[in-house]
Amino acid sequence: MITSFLFYTFSLILVISALGVIASRNLVYSALFLVLAFVQSAMLWLLIEAEFLAVVLVLVYVGAVMVLFLFVVMMLDVKSESLKDNFNRYLPMGLLLSLVIVIEIVHVVWFRSQDVISVLLPQANPESYSNTQALGALLYTEHVYAFELAGVILLLAIVAAISLTMRRRPGLKVQDVPAQVNVKSEDRVRLVKVPSNKDSSR
Amino acid sequence: MANIFYQLDQLLAFFGLPEPIQFSVLTVIKAMIVLIPLMVTVAYFTYAERKLIGFIQNRLGPNRTGWYGLLQPFADLIKMMLKEVVLPVNANKFLFLLAPILSLTTAFAAWAVIPFSEDFVIANIDAGLLYVLAVTSLGVYGVVLAGWASNSKYAFLGAMRCAAQIVAYEIAMGFALVGVLMASGSLNLGDIVMAQSGTSFLSWFMWPLFPLFLVYFISGVAETNRAPFDVAEGESEIVAGFHVEYSGIAFGLFFLGEYANMILISALTVIFFCGGWLSPFAGVPFLEGSFLSAPHFGWLALKMSFFMFCFLWFRATFPRYRYDQIMRLGWKVFIPITIIWIGVEGVMFAAEVGPWSD
Repeated sequence: MITSFLFYTFSLILVISALGVIASRNLVYSALFLVLAFVQSAMLWLLIEAEFLAVVLVLVYVGAVMVLFLFVVMMLDVKSESLKDNFNRYLPMGLLLSLVIVIEIVHVVWFRSQDVISVLLPQANPESYSNTQALGALLYTEHVYAFELAGVILLLAIVAAISLTMRRRPGLKVQDVPAQVNVKSEDRVRLVKVPSNKDSSR
Repeated sequence: MANIFYQLDQLLAFFGLPEPIQFSVLTVIKAMIVLIPLMVTVAYFTYAERKLIGFIQNRLGPNRTGWYGLLQPFADLIKMMLKEVVLPVNANKFLFLLAPILSLTTAFAAWAVIPFSEDFVIANIDAGLLYVLAVTSLGVYGVVLAGWASNSKYAFLGAMRCAAQIVAYEIAMGFALVGVLMASGSLNLGDIVMAQSGTSFLSWFMWPLFPLFLVYFISGVAETNRAPFDVAEGESEIVAGFHVEYSGIAFGLFFLGEYANMILISALTVIFFCGGWLSPFAGVPFLEGSFLSAPHFGWLALKMSFFMFCFLWFRATFPRYRYDQIMRLGWKVFIPITIIWIGVEGVMFAAEVGPWSD
């Protein structure tokens, strides 16, 4: 009873925030509605006992991707009127796309589930079940090559992004950081012994 | 502790409450047991900071309010609560007030999975380490929204700096934790601590993972926007950074969140690298069986206070980093160090050297 109450609450907020993403006039509000939508879908995943995926969804999408999104959106100064024009222009395309997605979902959920009876009744997992362990067992045995390949590609992307900042253009005046760090006081300061003037009347 | 909760559970069952409500009541009680001492610690952490930096700079620090100035945090709190919260005319009112609340809630929410001793943790979940990473990464929203909603150039600059810095150091932090979960073989914080049990403090992860330990703690300092990485509120350039428009208790919430985050980072460093609640003398022959070798919450508190002290010590000692140096340290120094050390750890695994070889 409580589970279905939570499910409908989370789903309602999810749908409302998804609508808010496209309906709100302020771009920052749109981005924040998207954050809310991600968090709510993480909640839905928690309800089907997939806590690892739920936490990773929050970690990756809310904690990293959306921060960068927000970062960019805040720096843009987009007039909401021009957005309205675009909205009407792209509306038919969007409707077509969502129609295709709805047909696919109906196809999978409705027609496919007619053949398989067991999927209609998902069983609660036993108390010892750990989503993290189950995923790990699957990832590191059955899909180990695909998984490691994906990991290497991601690492490569990080290394590539960092190395992009390491290019040097000739004639550019930038600080030489190692030289700055290694500087000694003798390089910068010269202590000169000035003889005091004994004849001064002061 | 577990015994007390068991009895409490029995008591609630006696009243005939339905199980979900019973569970909620118990969780709220547990959360209060954590949060109220945490608030008091935050209050006295601010006092400790002013007193300690005072001593380091050959001053006395606060000493007027109460015995040795011990009532100073409460005087500050009352002052902040009574002050007016000024709303800038062109600020986005809703987000302006939401930002400090977000920043404080995320700082508190991470405490849900912190194990304080073997049998006391609010939520003993399997993906605890990931949960901590996820919740602490949400803290940046408070800062970014505050900077944007204030509609002020200084606040916006501060928020931009802060967001870039937190995103950069999060990667190094995550990589350092990959080393920890390789060594412990678990994402559960309690299991990570138990994986460090053995003979004395030499079995803690800080020795085999020493570079990762340093990277983690320094990234933690950068993540909480503390000196020497506090450019997000660099008062010499951008007044007070992201909270320049905030006053009264709205500023107070940011302040509270920052200190709660510092305590959190200290607790996490202890749990990941310094054996959590385990005793540094466990398994030493002639201390066997004495209270010195028994694991309990006191050890966690003691180790945490060392790292909390380090936060204050850094602030009194180091000059502020330049912004490009912060970025360079995060991307070009810390991330390569962590990646290399994860490789070294893999080799150690294969060669079966190190505390995890058994």
